[in-house]
Amino acid sequence: MSKTNGNNPNGRGKDFKVVGKPFRKVDARAKCTGQTLFADDIALPRMLYAKILRSPEPHALIKSIDTSKALAVPGVYAVITGKDLPIPYGILPVSQDEHALCVEKVRFIGDPVAAVAAVDEDTAFEAMKLIEVEYERLQTITNIEEAIMVDEPRIHEYGDGANVHKKVHLEFGDTEEGFREAEHVREDVFFYEGNTHLPMEQHAAVAHFDADDKLTLWSATQTPHYVHRALAKTLGLPAAHVRVIATPNGGGFGGKSDPFNHEIAVAKLSMLTRRPVKVTLTREEVFYCHRGRHPVLMKIKTGVRRDGAITAMDFESFLDGGAYGSYGVASTFYTGALQTVTYEVPRYRFKGLRAFTNKPPCGPKRGHGTPQPRFALEIHLDKIAEDLKLDPAEMRLRHLVKPDTVTANYLRIGSMGLGTCIEKVVEGSDWKSKFSNWDRTKRRLPEGKGIGVACSSYICGAGLPIYWNSMPHSGVQLGLDRQGGVRVQCGSTDIGQGSDSVLAYVVAEVLGIDPFDIRVLTADTDLTPVDLGSYSSRVTLMTGNAAIQAAERARELLSIAVAEKLSVPVENLAFAERRVFDVENPDVGVTFAEAVVLAESKFGTIGTVGSYTPPRSPGRFKGAGVGPSPAYSYSACVAEVDVDAQTGFVTVERVWIAHDIGRSINPMLVMGQVEGSVYMGLGEALMEEMIYRANRNVVHKFPSLLEYKSPTTLEMCDVKTYLVEDADPNGPFGAKEVGQGPLLPVMPAVANAVYDAVGVRVDEVPITPEKVLKALQAKAQGKDARYGPKGVPTVDWQEPLKVLTPAEGGDGREMPRVAVHS
Amino acid sequence: MSQNTKHKAHITFTLNGEPTEVAFAPHKTLLEVLREDLSLTGTKHGCELGECGTCAVLVDGRSVLSCLVLGLDAEGRRVETVEGMADAAGLHPLQETFADTGAAQCGYCTPGFLLVAKELLAHNATPSREEIKEALSGNLCRCTGYIKIYEAVELAAARMRGEEAGLPRESVYGIE
Ligand code: FES
Ligand code: FES
Repeated sequence: MSKTNGNNPNGRGKDFKVVGKPFRKVDARAKCTGQTLFADDIALPRMLYAKILRSPEPHALIKSIDTSKALAVPGVYAVITGKDLPIPYGILPVSQDEHALCVEKVRFIGDPVAAVAAVDEDTAFEAMKLIEVEYERLQTITNIEEAIMVDEPRIHEYGDGANVHKKVHLEFGDTEEGFREAEHVREDVFFYEGNTHLPMEQHAAVAHFDADDKLTLWSATQTPHYVHRALAKTLGLPAAHVRVIATPNGGGFGGKSDPFNHEIAVAKLSMLTRRPVKVTLTREEVFYCHRGRHPVLMKIKTGVRRDGAITAMDFESFLDGGAYGSYGVASTFYTGALQTVTYEVPRYRFKGLRAFTNKPPCGPKRGHGTPQPRFALEIHLDKIAEDLKLDPAEMRLRHLVKPDTVTANYLRIGSMGLGTCIEKVVEGSDWKSKFSNWDRTKRRLPEGKGIGVACSSYICGAGLPIYWNSMPHSGVQLGLDRQGGVRVQCGSTDIGQGSDSVLAYVVAEVLGIDPFDIRVLTADTDLTPVDLGSYSSRVTLMTGNAAIQAAERARELLSIAVAEKLSVPVENLAFAERRVFDVENPDVGVTFAEAVVLAESKFGTIGTVGSYTPPRSPGRFKGAGVGPSPAYSYSACVAEVDVDAQTGFVTVERVWIAHDIGRSINPMLVMGQVEGSVYMGLGEALMEEMIYRANRNVVHKFPSLLEYKSPTTLEMCDVKTYLVEDADPNGPFGAKEVGQGPLLPVMPAVANAVYDAVGVRVDEVPITPEKVLKALQAKAQGKDARYGPKGVPTVDWQEPLKVLTPAEGGDGREMPRVAVHS
Repeated sequence: MSQNTKHKAHITFTLNGEPTEVAFAPHKTLLEVLREDLSLTGTKHGCELGECGTCAVLVDGRSVLSCLVLGLDAEGRRVETVEGMADAAGLHPLQETFADTGAAQCGYCTPGFLLVAKELLAHNATPSREEIKEALSGNLCRCTGYIKIYEAVELAAARMRGEEAGLPRESVYGIE
């Protein structure tokens, strides 16, 4: 049998015909002609329109709801409330704390209370306004401190006390010993303001409960598999009677990864009316959906030797989770997980706390829980480099995690291209001649101009599924047509990252055909095998590997049939240019379509499957589920900024970024992801913030595209990109992720550059002119030249769960708990 | 304003080169008329408040935000949407270059960008990068960071001038 060695990074090397080539995306022309159908583009005969009434109160009991006036409006077909959908749901099994429509109480302004289906949107809107709800106000919990302090009222009845959702405390190795070994110990506090995904497409869904009592939901979701589960659960339907089709997402960035109340509400309305029902959220409602970046307050303490080698690290994070669980438990662990995968951290302690507050729920946004700690860590390291008078780029280079090792917190590192990434951006940016070595008297750049460096890493898919099971995370089915067509079916969802195209490229590479000969059918729970969804940067790696397996199995069947026909050994056969031929005598061969005919004649209808399950992680302690990944991508970034000391205005002039992609399946699409990540990072660094008026009933400050500032073409910086290809043995053809990782180093690189430019530290994002000016004023008054949080709340932490590190001979399990008194 | 709206407005205009008649509730925006009454869903929306550029179409060759004009205002005008950019001969050069450079990631903002870029190239065959940024500054894209969009516009401009042009190697593979 001929093998493509798809998983062997050295496999066919330069012979690739598709992999590594800048092909168009398979759906590119549809998207450029307006032919792609997004959820709101779907219109079915007799379709009704839904509107959702949302709470104007941040925290209140629902005393009564009167829907009679709404129901009396001509053209209204149904009005539902929480009573109609009493079963709770939530993305994580441990946080089933949402209702499609609130049952007894509302927990944030925007919480859904009732839904109307009517003949058109205007009628639904009119009727919605006639629903009368009586509320009894409760005290609001507006921030982390209040959540920790206020025992009653509780936003939820579960959690780790008061309004604390989750509290974790992990210790890997003896950190106190590590701090004693240090020659310098530094402690800093940082704050990362929350921000939101802001996909250009507003969420929309169409439900159709058909004549056979089967439900179909088309929705702009990144996770059709989890929506499928939530619908079956909340509607009480057999899962086999529910079909979820994820329409192409008009941007996701994590914001369409939860099962949403509007999806469940339209499904219920369709069941009641037996007509298709559509809902499209307004932009304001999209802000209330949120599930975006958690605001996180952080304290980091690190012990180092004089050369910058870390001896121990202690990291504390406080997440403002908003009103529901969402992915929050995972987000909490993520704020403590990836500190160890870039530079050697031999001993590590993490404390994390997530609070419930009366604000829209936070969840996963690009980088899920890791941009905040990365921001803290990379600025903290910059400060340490200054303390030690070391070049911050060199200091990082000197202490990189080694490839093929296991970190103190039991993350298995495979390929590790960060060193090359740092070298690329240092050289490209001419760092050595611009960086002033912490000497403000001998500056190389003029005052007001600055340069900063930061690095990062991200997972290529979570090692464990959300619902623990031993089934594959990704499945692919291939069907081969006797005329030479190939159909790829996979549950993955294209959110613009190009996952449909990746399937086509990978299969085309293995079968030696053109990617545009392939029909890609994805994200349909009736027709495609499960893929867990477009989150955690898992899709290229996991679906890619599953697709390689399915394609290799098809190739094997074809090879056997062709070898027999041509009387050549199977090993001699090559697949390329839509032909199957003898490598030693290329004229001897058959077309790909003939090969399928031969195989079908011999074996019957040709279809194969492939699946992918990530390798088992070495961590066995409670909490070890977050952080492990088949591979880690790496990025390094240098930012050059101009800071106007009069206005405090920061302009990022250029960013140099190098990303360790393992191998580019399509370099042009990789470039697009890097550039898009830099863009989004720039927005988070300088302007994007999801903030509320605490004194005005915790109402969202600016739920509009105009007021929520995001970069336009006029703010976007110049980007110089380097792709580092250090093939990873776990990646398909060696590929790693690119959708999220390159965002991470941008914010700290900008913050470090601002410091270089004007000598003030802004230890929080966004770095607004106001904050820069305040820091400059403080500096002028001889105070701490800094803007940022002063401290973290005092919390009664539980005893840590202790795990011996691999270096200490640990086996990945927690140590037996003994009573410790100090 | 509900289904009770008895009297529909009725207009005649040129839509993507074809004489078109349509009846609709008079308060509807051009965006709604195009999408709901003419089933041309290629025109998208991100805010319906004039804040994102996603709904841009050309009216008499000039870009307008279709969420901010009434359908009634299209009476007698020449309206062009993304569906009208390609013809039997093939895609418009901008559509080709947007597809070929990956300037359309999720593609949701793409129709708006295409039409505004088309307007730019109609008046300026050799736009500089700065002029492109200026022209596109009313359109938001959350996916691309705009860079592939600039490159697609530059490439289309070059091809429309009859030059044989491709993307610089650096834009496709990164800097060596
Ligand atoms: S829909 Fe946003 S500007 Fe028209
Ligand atoms: S391509 Fe997704 S918003 Fe522009």
